[in-house]
Amino acid sequence: MTRPRPRTPESESETRNPTGGGATAMRLIVPLQGVVQGRGGLILGSLIPCALFYFFQLYLKRHRSPKPGSNPTSPSQSSSNLPDLQRSSSRSNLSSRGSIGPVQVSSRASSIARPNDSPYYIGLDRVSEDPYHRLDNPNGIIQLGLSENRLCFDLIEKWLSENTKDSVMGRDGGDLSISGIAPYQPSDGLVEFKVAMADFMSQVMGRAVSFDPSQMVLTAGATPALEILCFCLADPGNAFLVPTPYYPGFDRDMKWRTGVELIPVHCRSTDNFIISITALDQAFNQTRKRGIKVRGILISNPSNPVGNLLPRETLYNLLDFAREKNIHIVSDEIFAGSMYGSEEFVSMAEILDMEDIDKNRIHIVYGLSKDLALPGFRVGVIYSFNESVLVAAKKLTRFSSISAPTQRLLISMVSDTRFIQEYIETNKKRIREMHDLFVEGLKQLGIKCAQSCAGLYCWADMSGLISSYSEKGELELWDKLLNIAKINVTPGSACHCIEPGWFRCCFTTLSQEDVVIVIERIRKVAETCKISS
Amino acid sequence: MAIEIEQPSVGLSKVAVSETHGEDSPYFAGWKAYDENPYDELTNPSGVIQMGLAENQVSFDLLEAFLETHSEASSWGKGASGFRENALFQDYHGLLSFRKAMASFMEQIRGGRAKFDPERVVLTAGATAANELLTFILADPGDALLVPTPYYPGFDRDLRWRTGVKIVPIHCDSSNNFQITPQALEAAYSEAEAMNIKVRGVLITNPSNPLGATIQRSVLEEIFDFVTRKNIHLVSDEIYSGSVFSSSEFISIAEILEARQNKNSERVHIVYSLSKDLGLPGFRVGTIYSYNDEVVTTARRMSSFTLISSQTQHLLASMLSNKEFTENYIKTNRERLRKRYNMIIEGLRSAGIECLKGNAGLFCWMNLSPLLEKPTREGELALWNSMLHEVKLNISPGSSCHCSEPGWFRVCFANMSEQTLEVALKRIHNFMEKRERDRNLKVI
Repeated sequence: MTRPRPRTPESESETRNPTGGGATAMRLIVPLQGVVQGRGGLILGSLIPCALFYFFQLYLKRHRSPKPGSNPTSPSQSSSNLPDLQRSSSRSNLSSRGSIGPVQVSSRASSIARPNDSPYYIGLDRVSEDPYHRLDNPNGIIQLGLSENRLCFDLIEKWLSENTKDSVMGRDGGDLSISGIAPYQPSDGLVEFKVAMADFMSQVMGRAVSFDPSQMVLTAGATPALEILCFCLADPGNAFLVPTPYYPGFDRDMKWRTGVELIPVHCRSTDNFIISITALDQAFNQTRKRGIKVRGILISNPSNPVGNLLPRETLYNLLDFAREKNIHIVSDEIFAGSMYGSEEFVSMAEILDMEDIDKNRIHIVYGLSKDLALPGFRVGVIYSFNESVLVAAKKLTRFSSISAPTQRLLISMVSDTRFIQEYIETNKKRIREMHDLFVEGLKQLGIKCAQSCAGLYCWADMSGLISSYSEKGELELWDKLLNIAKINVTPGSACHCIEPGWFRCCFTTLSQEDVVIVIERIRKVAETCKISS
Repeated sequence: MAIEIEQPSVGLSKVAVSETHGEDSPYFAGWKAYDENPYDELTNPSGVIQMGLAENQVSFDLLEAFLETHSEASSWGKGASGFRENALFQDYHGLLSFRKAMASFMEQIRGGRAKFDPERVVLTAGATAANELLTFILADPGDALLVPTPYYPGFDRDLRWRTGVKIVPIHCDSSNNFQITPQALEAAYSEAEAMNIKVRGVLITNPSNPLGATIQRSVLEEIFDFVTRKNIHLVSDEIYSGSVFSSSEFISIAEILEARQNKNSERVHIVYSLSKDLGLPGFRVGTIYSYNDEVVTTARRMSSFTLISSQTQHLLASMLSNKEFTENYIKTNRERLRKRYNMIIEGLRSAGIECLKGNAGLFCWMNLSPLLEKPTREGELALWNSMLHEVKLNISPGSSCHCSEPGWFRVCFANMSEQTLEVALKRIHNFMEKRERDRNLKVI
């Protein structure tokens, strides 16, 4: 994977904390330039400090090259992939004695094979090694780093017990045989499933807009949906502008195999992390100056990790901007059905409905992993207003099609509008209850959360607990939370947040009792932080 | 009145507009003709019979019987945790029970002559995805894979489209039954070198599509020695390994490796799927089995773009770990395919048409070169057109498989009932008789 620029604590503090190494260097250089006077002054005055600076950097580099496992902010020794890599290279060295060395994989692969260094993935690994369980492992790590919704499985299980025997086998026309679902199906999904999904999306978005099944392409999850769109809209080396903070998975899903760049457009807490067109414009121009072509903007609405909605006006402004620059907009609306606040969700599709404008640049991504809590079943949607994109995307779905029996099962479930209505309402209520409980608990500890009304998480401001207002400070707190409090939360830096101290905490994997335990664990750590500061 | 200014339309990527998807070739054009006028025994007896789709429909009854009697496969059992655990499971390692079942199934197909470690099984949504994934992993844009001709038309798209990797053909011809020779391997490698293209591996399909024949042990040994000498990879697509008519005739690359105590095996990767042997292409189940740790790790991570539905994994784990079912299935499927093969070979022979001697797969490799007006690609396409529009049979022309000799056609026989196959053979018979009569008339 093409990693984002290496986030060693030292390099980060240089950019975000002006009292870092960079400033120290300047304190050396400037007086030196003054020392060397006369005609040679200009040259020597620049050469000497440059040379000194160069040697200084060389010294730093040699003495702080990050060794996996020795980096204090990633205490996890567990990158189980690392021992495997060492073993394999030594084994192949033995066997290819005297030859050119082990057989090489591509450069794309080499970067993907390296151990994960993002706290997002490290945290997930740690939980899988030591998962909390109320009875079997009460001292394990509690997972708050995975936006999964476990609150409404009882509803689905009930539906299944009342409806299943027929669905898997295919009841249409009395055909109960496997020969209905076994053969090759259209790679972009069964027509009936598209019809069902179009209606589901409309229902989930409050019937404010309707979706046309013929503008839909189904994929094995929203992950390939995004990647396929990327392949269709951009060439290697092109870029997408992405408002921060953003879902850490984008760095992998959008960049790995496509060769596309993601340019962060920083949003601020003062705006509740809503994108400003000024910032977007700046980012666009800076990127262009670097000779990189911007192909589009990627937004997530409702937003992950903040959990807020983009207001109608912002959507209009984004459309105007995209039109002016002649670029695409990809709107990831995967949390549209996980609303718990009183605000109304406005889909990009709804905006387009009202305007008689060029729709060819708008593409929506959706899926059933969040709203229907079925990530294992792999159901994703590309919804586009661009015929050519639909044609290309459809062909590309051959690499990521949804399994036919799963489609069959879900056609029945998703078309059951009465059940879906009950599900949406109950889900909303339960997420809200959990949200309120969790946010209130954090409030008791003096931790405020950003305004949010959707998603399966809250965006908590723990900057009051960090020792230095920097990424380093944030990661130290993350480490404490992971290893002492034993909870896995996602630090803002993993989401490219420009302001240190924010953490995404997913609460829909918890029971009410778990919430109490989590808050208690945070409290203990919070107290030690206050003592030491 | 405002003047409409033409806005430049928003651009798409090169991948989106490229022709590399290859869907304009005759291979796919035939499918279109079939879609527009599909044969049906009762409702459309003069429609086009599809013989261009390698699908296995001969053993559905066995699958149905299993599912009827094993409801635990398609349900999640009593108790809360079964369903929700499965629904939440999106781990790219895949269900362990399913990986074990796949490994064991692959061993059974090879008569226990090779062992497969479930930890090396990487799951993908179909072999199509597996082949593309491996290409991403083994080669950089601009590099090449060597592929023996004739080959499955889908490779042009699956190996090249998004990956930017090239295919350099290893030419095979009928003089030795299209077997791969060391000379052909070297020639292909040199050809790539001359074009300044870096070769990253060889991709073979064993049993071969479209030839319908297994690769001999000595040839496999030669190929393996070749890739070792050049220090490149070997991908063996063994998707038809369970569709060999006689179990003793298939040698997997895995057996070659085991005979050599797995020396130099880290360059070998096997692709498998349930689409052909089990006749379940709609389920989207494929796997990469790699002897290379780095490839396993990377493929696993990359499989996030192409995961198999956890529901499907659960269903199939149950089916494939039932040894009684799998043994019976493998044996029965083989017999039925052999019977079909014999039927079509006999039918073609009595019409005066010879085929390559085959022993596997869902198709035969038919030689119509004596019928060509001109021994050229155009001649072949003209004949293909007649077959499609006059005889109403969709068969696949050798040129779409990059065959260097014109006149060969791939004919699928397992995607239809026996009755339909008889109808198809009758039509061919009539076609050949008519040609004979017309020729005799010309002579007179």
